[in-house]
Amino acid sequence: MEELRDLYQEVIVDHSRRPRNFRVMADATATAEGYNPLCGDKVMLYLKLEGDVIRDVAFQGSGCAISTASASLLTESLKGKTTAQAEELFEGFHKLVTGSGAPDKELGKLAVLRGVREYPMRVKCATLVWHTLRAALKGERQPVSTE
Amino acid sequence: MNTTSTEVAAAAGREARGEFDVWRIREDFPVLRQTVHGKPLVYLDNAATTQKPRAVIAAIDRFYTADCSNVHRGVHLLSERATMAYEEARGKVRRFLNAASEREIIFVRGTTEAINLVAHSFGRPRLGPGDEVVLTHMEHHSNIVPWQLLCEEKGARLRVAPIDDRGELIFEEFERLLRPCTRIVAVAHVSNALGTVNPLRRIIEAAHARGIPVLVDGAQAAAHIRLDVQDLDCDFYAFSGHKLYGPSGIGVLYGKASWLEQMPPYQSGGDMIRTVSFEKTTFNELPYKFEAGTPNIAGAIGLGAAIDYLDSIGLEQAAAWEQELLAYATERVGAVPGVRLIGTAREKGAVLSFVMEGVHPHDIATVLDRQGVAVRAGHVCAQPVMERFGVPAIARASFAFYNTREEVDVLVTGLQKVREIFG
Repeated sequence: MEELRDLYQEVIVDHSRRPRNFRVMADATATAEGYNPLCGDKVMLYLKLEGDVIRDVAFQGSGCAISTASASLLTESLKGKTTAQAEELFEGFHKLVTGSGAPDKELGKLAVLRGVREYPMRVKCATLVWHTLRAALKGERQPVSTE
Repeated sequence: MNTTSTEVAAAAGREARGEFDVWRIREDFPVLRQTVHGKPLVYLDNAATTQKPRAVIAAIDRFYTADCSNVHRGVHLLSERATMAYEEARGKVRRFLNAASEREIIFVRGTTEAINLVAHSFGRPRLGPGDEVVLTHMEHHSNIVPWQLLCEEKGARLRVAPIDDRGELIFEEFERLLRPCTRIVAVAHVSNALGTVNPLRRIIEAAHARGIPVLVDGAQAAAHIRLDVQDLDCDFYAFSGHKLYGPSGIGVLYGKASWLEQMPPYQSGGDMIRTVSFEKTTFNELPYKFEAGTPNIAGAIGLGAAIDYLDSIGLEQAAAWEQELLAYATERVGAVPGVRLIGTAREKGAVLSFVMEGVHPHDIATVLDRQGVAVRAGHVCAQPVMERFGVPAIARASFAFYNTREEVDVLVTGLQKVREIFG
């Protein structure tokens, strides 16, 4: 149970049940779609950019607790950041969940997803929305796939 | 009394009453004797693949240790032994299916390859614009996609027979789809997602009455239902070795000789030819016409050993035990708050699919895994079934004869933990 609580922390369970910024953004300036064909997780990400500053972020989709919480936390952590800072967060987050480097102190709330590193089969759930973010920032039209 | 002696006493009691001795049978499966995440393994993913008894592992080991050689080629002793063992395995498959002849038993990689073989070699020459292929809504992707691609290529149409809320085929609707332009019916014997056992005899009779051949995807059935392809009168029957306690990478296509003889080769190369010149190649006789290249010799031998093993414990007895487990699991899992069972057909294989309110199946599977319980989570290669039941994914516990009632209890305790974590 304790081990499982490292993965399913209260914050994660909370964000998965009541995802923040869970809506369609009609006036988005950039969007991208992410899909995990193995488990069927889907995410649609909406960004409103002013110059290189992310003014607003929202998402819609369906998925497991990890992917939903990860998307919800992403939307909270990106508001007001520049695209360069978003890219830095991507790098830091990736290291955090794959355990491939010291987690960046700047990750803030995102650090609750650290437990994912103990569940290799679930890393993709946490990173799907981040890959989708990258696609949105690059203006890619093809849906992002984890496979 | 400690657990072990309780188990021994219970087993002895069952045996005295002529009951199925699951505890003794478990001894035949080395993989089951391990812990995962510090908990005893509870393997409930048998619809994905089954575990292998020692006899199968030993047969493969023996082949590579003593007889390894190519088949149908050398005149030396090892090649003779390998050829004999390979062909003996074919004989075992023939008896297992009660096929009329070994010429009707084609070794392939698995069910998927068997269906592709039929789609390409049987379907392609027969399908034209306006023709139709009839499937059911409960098919696995491997019995959808080969037909879909073929229909696209030929300007033909896929027709899908609907299923009801229990997950049973709506037979009248199916029958209505059988028309003069129907070229083949391709149907699962047992649904991998819902467990539904299809009324094969009725399906085949209805199709044959209109001159339509039937392919049966037997991947989920062959290890659990006694087969007699002559009695069923199916035209093709496909199954995989690895879901029948045998190795992966080997499977079987049964086909009526009268069809197979008319069909062109599916793949070409060595072993499937009679004579080759740069002007003309003539093909080998059945079944070799469909076995191009060096086959999975050890796999076939392992499959033969798996059939011997199933015979030794008795497929009917094993199936009866699985049904007992299914009934117990259906009752107990169905009683967990928030659980909705997906697939409640009156006749089912030992497959229990479900969803839990407010919890994604992947999270269920992760929590269960940490309790030692292996289940499948996802769309289980049956996305149309997910869409039919309005769920993105399911959790699926599937049973084999080596599973126990106690393991069902562990599953239920695990599901209660899921509730605790997700409130």
